[in-house]
Amino acid sequence: MNELTRETLVLNMGPHHPSTHGVLRLIVELEGELVLGTEPVIGYLHTGFEKEMETRTYHQNIVFPPRIEYLATMIEEHAYVLAVEKLLGIRPPARAEVIRIMMAELSRIASHLVWLGTSAVDVNVSSLLMYCFNDRERILDILEMVSGQRMMHGYMRIGGLQWDLPDGFEQAVRAVIDDMPGRLEEYERLLGDNLIWRKRTEGIAVLNADDALRYGCTGPVLRGSGVGYDVRRAFPYGGYDEYEFEVPLGRAGDAYDRYLVRMEEMRQSCRIIRQALERLEPGPVLVDDRKVALPPRRELVRSMEAVIHQFKLVSEGIRPPVGEVYSAVESPRGEKGYYIVSDGSNRPSRVRVRSASFNNLQALPVMVFRNQVADIVVAIASIDIVLGDVDR
Amino acid sequence: MAAQGPGVAVTRPDASRPLGMTMSRGSPHQATDADADALQRSILTTTVERLLGWARSNSIWPVQFGLACCAIEMISTAQSRFDIARFGSELFRASPRQADLMIVSGRVSQKMAPVIKHIYEQMLDPKWVIAMGDCASCAGVFNNYALVQGVDKLIPVDVYVAGCPPRPEALLYGFTKLQELIAAGPPARRPR
Repeated sequence: MNELTRETLVLNMGPHHPSTHGVLRLIVELEGELVLGTEPVIGYLHTGFEKEMETRTYHQNIVFPPRIEYLATMIEEHAYVLAVEKLLGIRPPARAEVIRIMMAELSRIASHLVWLGTSAVDVNVSSLLMYCFNDRERILDILEMVSGQRMMHGYMRIGGLQWDLPDGFEQAVRAVIDDMPGRLEEYERLLGDNLIWRKRTEGIAVLNADDALRYGCTGPVLRGSGVGYDVRRAFPYGGYDEYEFEVPLGRAGDAYDRYLVRMEEMRQSCRIIRQALERLEPGPVLVDDRKVALPPRRELVRSMEAVIHQFKLVSEGIRPPVGEVYSAVESPRGEKGYYIVSDGSNRPSRVRVRSASFNNLQALPVMVFRNQVADIVVAIASIDIVLGDVDR
Repeated sequence: MAAQGPGVAVTRPDASRPLGMTMSRGSPHQATDADADALQRSILTTTVERLLGWARSNSIWPVQFGLACCAIEMISTAQSRFDIARFGSELFRASPRQADLMIVSGRVSQKMAPVIKHIYEQMLDPKWVIAMGDCASCAGVFNNYALVQGVDKLIPVDVYVAGCPPRPEALLYGFTKLQELIAAGPPARRPR
């Protein structure tokens, strides 16, 4: 507050702003350079996903999750199909589970790489973005090789996967994850030893553990504040209980800790992928339940029953029993959950998406309170929001 | 003065051969074949508009404006593998006043619509718009209360790029199409 006039300055930031990672709008109240209040205004990317999903069948809905959180596409699909499988009470074959975990972890690395590059740009380390996107392209190449699409894969199916892995997959993945730790070390040398990066992130945007829990933060934001909650560890899903990995924790809860947590998570993801490659054994990738999954092509030419199943599944879809289900996964941003209510018809009666970015964003005013106005940019970057995920 | 000491004498050009644009003087009907050759080699005829179109099409500055999934592919296009700098457009400007091109990269919600219109109006003429992806072109798979059914309901669009999201190669193809459009001449009169 100005001593003479007792006035503060209200500043509008966004929705078109280079550092808000999308279309976030902030109304900031300033006293000089100090931030007194921040009010995130959201909804600029509201797409109506939840309503849209009520009008499509369960299989058709697989296209929506990757478009909600478009950086961690495979993880989103994983979250949705796991929820529907829980509703149906089925479990995919072992090979499908292993492949899903590999895909999810590759997605996690790709997502964290985008975060690393863009948040470095926000404090003017602009060269890192190119390195990060180069590495991300290598991961996207693998995902494209597997699914046929760079970003919106549609690879996972209720009860398994669309098809098996292509030839040369293992080699391609090994090439990437063998390179990854070295690349990460390089990035750490670029940032961790960089005075500007340290000064802009250490002690900035501090969120203590109590506040993080109070606001329902999850993911690296919560773990950066020292609370060890990882859905993969707390409520293992899709076979994660069989893998060995560490859950990195921060201490100070500042932007630098969140950076360290994410860097370590990428290493742990490589570790999980390496274990998954060892576990990969031949077998089917889709459940053998004709009421859930499409019959294989070779059966269609021989069996009338298979043709009927195919027709019913394509034209009508599956009909889960009446009930409701909540299933969550660990996305790069935190706990990503799908709550699905079924009324016994072939379309969900209600879908609610619990997105991590939405809750994490609510902690922004706490993080930047009495920080400098320039630190808002660092705080937003360190939360790693995806506006599609916030607004849905 | 004759050259002294060791050395090689430089050869002087034949004084009778016309040099570059210097031609024999006199009336046009006295012009030699060499004159016609020199003329063809040295003079380029064009119109100011075409010259401007050529210059503009090779230095399009897009406004740094990302909406949704397509924005990530737009960033990929600007990075090292796809390298939009080859086409003179690596300079994404944060201020619409310094930009010529708006790449509408993603779905346009009802709440975002007035903002997009505002940003477009802030850009200086001549300006162009690429609707990147299905959502910006026609709202794609979404047909509901939340989205504007195509950004061309708000602002004039020059090039539509299909895909969900379009690959960076597709965006670059759309981009070269826009370059052709710009090089062809001044933009048609647009509604304000």
